[in-house]
Amino acid sequence: MTVMEQRGAYRPTPPPAWQPRTDPAPLLPDALPHRVLGTEAAAQVDPGLLRRLYAELVRGRRYNAQATALTKQGRLAVYPSSTGQEACEVAAALVLEERDWLFPSYRDTLAAVARGLDPVQALTLLRGDWHTGYDPHEHRIAPLCTPLATQLPHAVGLAHAARLKSDDVVALALVGDGGTSEGDFHEALNFAAVWQAPVVFLVQNNGFAISVPLAKQTAAPSLAHKAVGYGMPGRLVDGNDAAAVHEVLSDAVRHARAGGGPTLVEAVTYRMEAHTNADDATRYRGDSEVETWRAHDPIALLEHELTERGLLDDDGIREAREAAEIMAADLRARMNQDPVLDPMDLFAHVYAEPTPQLREQEALLRAELAAEAESEGTAR
Amino acid sequence: MTTVALKPATMAQALTRALRDAMAADPTVHVMGEDVGTLGGVFRVTDGLAKEFGEDRCTDTPLAEAGILGTAVGMAMYGLRPVVEMQFDAFAYPAFEQLISHVARMRNRTRGAMPLPITIRVPYGGGIGGVEHHSDSSEAYYMATPGLHVVTPATVADAYGLLRAAIASDDPVVFLEPKRLYWSKDSWNPDEPTAVDPIGRAVVRRPGHSATLITYGPSVPVCLEAAEAARAEGWDLEVVDLRSLVPFDDETVAASVRRTGRAVVVHEAGGYGGPGGEIAARVTERCFHHLEAPVLRVAGFDIPYPPPMLERHHLPGVDRILDAVGRLQWEADS
Repeated sequence: MTVMEQRGAYRPTPPPAWQPRTDPAPLLPDALPHRVLGTEAAAQVDPGLLRRLYAELVRGRRYNAQATALTKQGRLAVYPSSTGQEACEVAAALVLEERDWLFPSYRDTLAAVARGLDPVQALTLLRGDWHTGYDPHEHRIAPLCTPLATQLPHAVGLAHAARLKSDDVVALALVGDGGTSEGDFHEALNFAAVWQAPVVFLVQNNGFAISVPLAKQTAAPSLAHKAVGYGMPGRLVDGNDAAAVHEVLSDAVRHARAGGGPTLVEAVTYRMEAHTNADDATRYRGDSEVETWRAHDPIALLEHELTERGLLDDDGIREAREAAEIMAADLRARMNQDPVLDPMDLFAHVYAEPTPQLREQEALLRAELAAEAESEGTAR
Repeated sequence: MTTVALKPATMAQALTRALRDAMAADPTVHVMGEDVGTLGGVFRVTDGLAKEFGEDRCTDTPLAEAGILGTAVGMAMYGLRPVVEMQFDAFAYPAFEQLISHVARMRNRTRGAMPLPITIRVPYGGGIGGVEHHSDSSEAYYMATPGLHVVTPATVADAYGLLRAAIASDDPVVFLEPKRLYWSKDSWNPDEPTAVDPIGRAVVRRPGHSATLITYGPSVPVCLEAAEAARAEGWDLEVVDLRSLVPFDDETVAASVRRTGRAVVVHEAGGYGGPGGEIAARVTERCFHHLEAPVLRVAGFDIPYPPPMLERHHLPGVDRILDAVGRLQWEADS
């Protein structure tokens, strides 16, 4: 007799009132990731949307390359590239209405930029300038979150609050495959489902949490399967298929906005670069795996679809690339300017009113700066 | 002159009243936590709020402290003023990452664009016979985190006033409620309950001239008792109730110690790395030339909180305080 059979034998009869609360079947993800590009479904997608996705993907790829180059020049302290994952980043930004909120992780600067944030403002955290270079309320983008998965409960709370105020707002929270192992992932999904909060969780499963592959991260059939235990639908999508990610996220956002509650979306993608410039990816993965994924590049997939259908020609491709170059040149020029930081800002935003203790420390720093300025003056 | 009608009230009742008044005054105030709704909280501090304001304003959450505080962050981002309950001191630890990595620093990391007006109610401390993980004094952890205010009332009136101030604050406030004082009674004017200093002011609970007992929260009544007992020994002790650990009221404390020339810091949290070390250092820095003896500390032992049958040996009591006061007759050569 197996252990499960033994347990079955000892299982007490449920009391009469007990009913299974939900049929889990509609919540389960499909076995294979949802795809649109290269299938008949692609013909149903608005060509304008496809072109827009394409332009943003090309711009996003260039942005990733430029930011990576800036780390090599010492202009950025670190950059976690989303090269290869641009379809997820761009779709996440484009499915949201202006009133909605985006909750990015540290790898999601591109999503913030695709949502309209100034690229330089999006990079202040990573260049060691002030942590968040923008007003989150202005763009409805929460600060880029470095601790893993801790932004997910924020998204739930914000979505819940919006619903309490009868506002038609959806929150979309981004997390990586590694982040799904964190306790905050569990708590956020559980709260979201219990509260039926209008929130969408997008897991970008890029294969690795720094060096640890998915197989060592989870024993679940897929990360999307985790949804069913919380009582929310799980959706599995090809994360390199921009049209598919956009469609699945659109459905989830619509569902949430209509009061249907949260959805967990797992986008299967791949991190083409190392975790950050400080990481050596050759220690944990082989070239052949990377090359396999290169053949499934999100830009190539969409470009192929658009050109096959006569929606994009060489001029169109050149236009997209030129627009990306303009963005990159502007980013480069502005990032090459040394930021001017005011040391007194250290004390400005700890509390609404600085404590007496901080006022004393503020006075100390002011005196130090004055002495520094004086000695510099003397030296000259 | 108007006569004020004073009525007996417990600290728990004053806290409930503070929550109710805050919710009535400001529709953005939301109370949330495990058991705060239907049950009214395990200490009944949220009693009746769900009934009066609805479950959307006083919400029973899933049992998950990080989730409670993490969702409160999002709610505060959207303009609400969450008041979260952690039920028991040691239950708050799963929420530490949210507290330290987000709640405390969101204003700072967004350069003032995203303040988080969250009040975190933590019933804390021992003396109620609680089993393991129900009696910790965790104030040192909170004090060590920039961006948080840390307050703790010792009287019925302060419980009301400080909680109203905490909820009204645009910054996160860790509101430590001394569990063993929940049922302490005091004559209190429920018609005019707001008369309390803003957060950050200590108060002299008992004037004296021989030495200062610097204390807060659950140790305040113990110190007052010790001060009464010390009279027999010829000591006239001043008792300073800090009320706020962050910000710290250096002025009131230093003024007292300069008057008396001697000081003992009393708290039930462990002494090593505890609040008393910080307080003693601050007093020494400011009052060195007025001091007749080293600043002493009477604290809980440096042990995990003991089982209830032994807690009376751990908690600083009157005798231990009086012993310390005796040692203030310090001579450099001894």
